[in-house]
Amino acid sequence: MKKLVMIGNGMAGVRTIEEILKLESEQFEITIFGQEPHPNYNRIKLSNILQGDASFEEIIINPLDWYKENHIQLFTGESVVKIDVEAKTVISDQGREVAYDELIIATGSQSFILPIPGADKQGVTGFRDIQDCEKMIKSAQHYKKAVVIGGGLLGLEAARGLLNLGMEVDVVHLMPNLMERQLDPIASTMLKAELESQGMNFLMEKETVEILGDERVTGLRFKDGSEVEADLVVMAIGIKSNVEVARNSGIYVNRGIVVNDFLETSVPHVYAVGECAEHREIVYGLVAPLYEQGKVLASRICGKVGEPYEGSVTGTQLKVAGVDLYSAGEIFEDGTSTKSIMIYNEFEGVYKKVLTRDNRIVGIVLYGDTKDSTRLYRMLSKKEDISGTSVFQMGNNTEEADDIASMPNDELVCGCNGVTKGTIVEAIQTQGLTTLDQVSHCTNAGRSCGRCKPLVNQILAHTLGDQFDAAAEQKTSICGCTTLSREELVAEIKAKGLTSVKEVMNVLEWNNEEGCTKCRPAINYYLGMIHMDEYKDDRDSRLVNEKMHANIQKDGTYSVVPRMYGGVTSAADLKKIAEVAEKYEVPLVKLTGGQRIGLFGIKKEDLPNVWEDLNMPSGYAYGKTLRTVKTCVGAQFCRYGTQDSMALGIELEKKFERLDTPHKVKMGVSACPRNCSEAGIKDIGFVGVDGGWEIYVAGNGGVDLRAGDLLTTVKTQEEVMEITSAYLQYYRETANYLERTSKWLERVGLDQVRQVLGDKKTVKTLNERMDQTLKKYNEPWKEAIESEDIQDKYYAKHTIKVGE
Amino acid sequence: MVQTITRIPVANLSNLKARAGYSLKIDDKEIALFRTSKGQVYALENHSPHPKGGVLSEGLVSGEYVYCPVYDWKISLVDGLVQAPDTGKVQTYAVDIVDGIVFIVL
Ligand SMILES: Cc1cc2nc3c(=O)[nH]c(=O)nc-3n(C[C@H](O)[C@H](O)[C@H](O)COP(=O)(O)OP(=O)(O)OC[C@H]3O[C@@H](n4cnc5c(N)ncnc54)[C@H](O)[C@@H]3O)c2cc1C
Repeated sequence: MKKLVMIGNGMAGVRTIEEILKLESEQFEITIFGQEPHPNYNRIKLSNILQGDASFEEIIINPLDWYKENHIQLFTGESVVKIDVEAKTVISDQGREVAYDELIIATGSQSFILPIPGADKQGVTGFRDIQDCEKMIKSAQHYKKAVVIGGGLLGLEAARGLLNLGMEVDVVHLMPNLMERQLDPIASTMLKAELESQGMNFLMEKETVEILGDERVTGLRFKDGSEVEADLVVMAIGIKSNVEVARNSGIYVNRGIVVNDFLETSVPHVYAVGECAEHREIVYGLVAPLYEQGKVLASRICGKVGEPYEGSVTGTQLKVAGVDLYSAGEIFEDGTSTKSIMIYNEFEGVYKKVLTRDNRIVGIVLYGDTKDSTRLYRMLSKKEDISGTSVFQMGNNTEEADDIASMPNDELVCGCNGVTKGTIVEAIQTQGLTTLDQVSHCTNAGRSCGRCKPLVNQILAHTLGDQFDAAAEQKTSICGCTTLSREELVAEIKAKGLTSVKEVMNVLEWNNEEGCTKCRPAINYYLGMIHMDEYKDDRDSRLVNEKMHANIQKDGTYSVVPRMYGGVTSAADLKKIAEVAEKYEVPLVKLTGGQRIGLFGIKKEDLPNVWEDLNMPSGYAYGKTLRTVKTCVGAQFCRYGTQDSMALGIELEKKFERLDTPHKVKMGVSACPRNCSEAGIKDIGFVGVDGGWEIYVAGNGGVDLRAGDLLTTVKTQEEVMEITSAYLQYYRETANYLERTSKWLERVGLDQVRQVLGDKKTVKTLNERMDQTLKKYNEPWKEAIESEDIQDKYYAKHTIKVGE
Repeated sequence: MVQTITRIPVANLSNLKARAGYSLKIDDKEIALFRTSKGQVYALENHSPHPKGGVLSEGLVSGEYVYCPVYDWKISLVDGLVQAPDTGKVQTYAVDIVDGIVFIVL
């Protein structure tokens, strides 16, 4: 086997390896050195991480297992410091020497740091890798004021991220216009106005000459003598190819490592790809052209005669919420040979300009509406003659369809992920896809920068033909296994009298025989809701926590949270909990947010024993059901309390515990408007007032922070129980599975709910259905302790010793 | 290298319920055993290939797939391959059923 070594474990390099594996998976013994201590990740998404839309785990492209599976030897956190082109070996900073037959240099680039005094102070960073991001996120926790130097793509994305992290942000730019390499002055002015309204402050035409401060930065000084304060400085003025290793090893380097159309460097068997490479005097800084290079290099290395790489025209988009812009090719009229076509609607904030030369598009700038971008870009890159065509389409659908029809199958639709039209069409046809989400999921198209999504959708529409509109109407199908919506599913279950999950999937012709993790729990819920106490729960259609009646933790252990009605406990119960914690060496005992005690880190096989020793009911801290009823001390002890909040809380919790609901439900009861139980942010909250109770609904203290709406005020505890029961049952019968009350109420409307609950007869029948449903529940922990079958199926761990 | 093949009896087929996962520990190997509704039995390493992955034995079984309980990755019971758009592979072990006894071949 030939030895293939790659320096650099980044986006362009690893893509090249993927292309090679596609062509010749067995031909090479592959070794990769990566300076960063991570597997290959999506650098583009660092902006999204900073803006809070993604986590580090989510942006990993090739997890470590991918390397393992493909038998790739990966050294992370290890840089190559020297290439011996004579002996054909590379040497790492840890002294490791590895021989190669073919060598790929894919070292990318680094942030260009201004060579000015103070640039090495703490709090000064570039914006290139995970470490930089971590630095910024950490700074934002302790400091207030950030200055970003550079009003280009990276600088503006960093600035937006820092705003999201709660910092005050100044953007310093040397030129009079932002993104002046991609935008003309009109578009640039529109962009600046939008970003200013988002809270960015711009210092234009300022040249930074010094970074001030002792150990840590405190400010910047400009050439004009003015100064500005800063606790964090992000330099985003440009990038610099990582060429040191190549240069020191005698490989020809200009701005980047110089390569020909087959990505060959000046030294035989050594290639360069990505941001470290310079091709026809251009160093690219976007993934699309780099992925094209990767493809060409892969065929070259596999010895296939392929097309040469002849350069690319790149398109740019800014990943900042509220800004829709696109730019590609040339921007400025040259006064003689170029003609421009423009639309400028200042009122609606839309600006489009296409620059042409010899009847062909050579440049595009779009602001405020970029849906023409992919089509224009295609016309540009294919050098189509535009005489007689209208460049900007005004809702002309036939032409759009023709466009898709005439688009060749091998044309790249998603540049970031290298997905062609053919791949998308095939996936739609063979896997029966009907929505954009499904297509993205299956093909990866549109999952990186998202620019191609409109085009992917058009391809979807074109491929499905007449089916498409029908599919669009059913966008709310409960999952990819069916086209039925929740309403249709519930109606079918009732009409056809379906009684089991299996029967539902069979009779209603699920395209995936046994369903998925989205539909199976949902069907199980709807069946239980419809058939009340006559339905036999399908435990294996529940997801892990509900199936196990415990919360799985990230290491595979579980947490156990016993019921503590209304947050009220006793010395005896506390003793039992303490004894269990000791006996099972529970790693963490913690008060939960719902006024009870959680035991964390319990082994699966210990669960039944722990429950038996506790001899307390499950707190259902894992379920789509009533979690807790949080109470304040109330009239029994508190001098402000006007009502007995603990008694009401306990009654509520005892009545509704175990009830299956579309999503989790939390309640709170306060004895006075000081509201110590925070009832205003609970699904249902009760606040004691003189002579009665206020009932608040649809509050949420979590992701969708929302203050509850006052549903009604009642006089007695009996009325509270009756209204609560009716409200909960109405939610159970009309919400989508996994829809919290806060979202549900906004969807159906408070007035509608008030109207339903205003009718005495309806309230009564809702209460009847609730009571009938509540009959079916048993205590699950007790059930497990008493059933060997359950223990064997769910909680046993069979240990077998084979011996040596 | 000498390769030894070991056949280890792990369960009675009749005790395995359909659409369920069982966790086994053979020496220090953690293995998840699944029986599908078609009656097939599969053995996989009891660990999701997700970078922060946990066990598989408690995942939802659908046809010849199991969904990783924590991150919802869809994994083939037949060859251990993680389904698109996620990628990865779980080690699989051969299963032999003789006279109603389930053996894992290591
Ligand atoms: C915040 C941000 C946002 C971006 N947004 C977009 C966007 O929206 N669209 C777009 O197309 N592009 C975007 N890009 C650019 C894109 O990420 C790069 O073009 C791409 O990552 C370049 O790939 P590469 O493999 O050449 O370099 P890299 O991905 O940088 O990989 C090179 C790797 O090699 C390592 N390395 C360097 N020297 C050595 C050595 N001697 N030994 C071992 N390892 C070494 C480096 O540490 C690095 O991990 C963005 C970049 C950033 C930073």
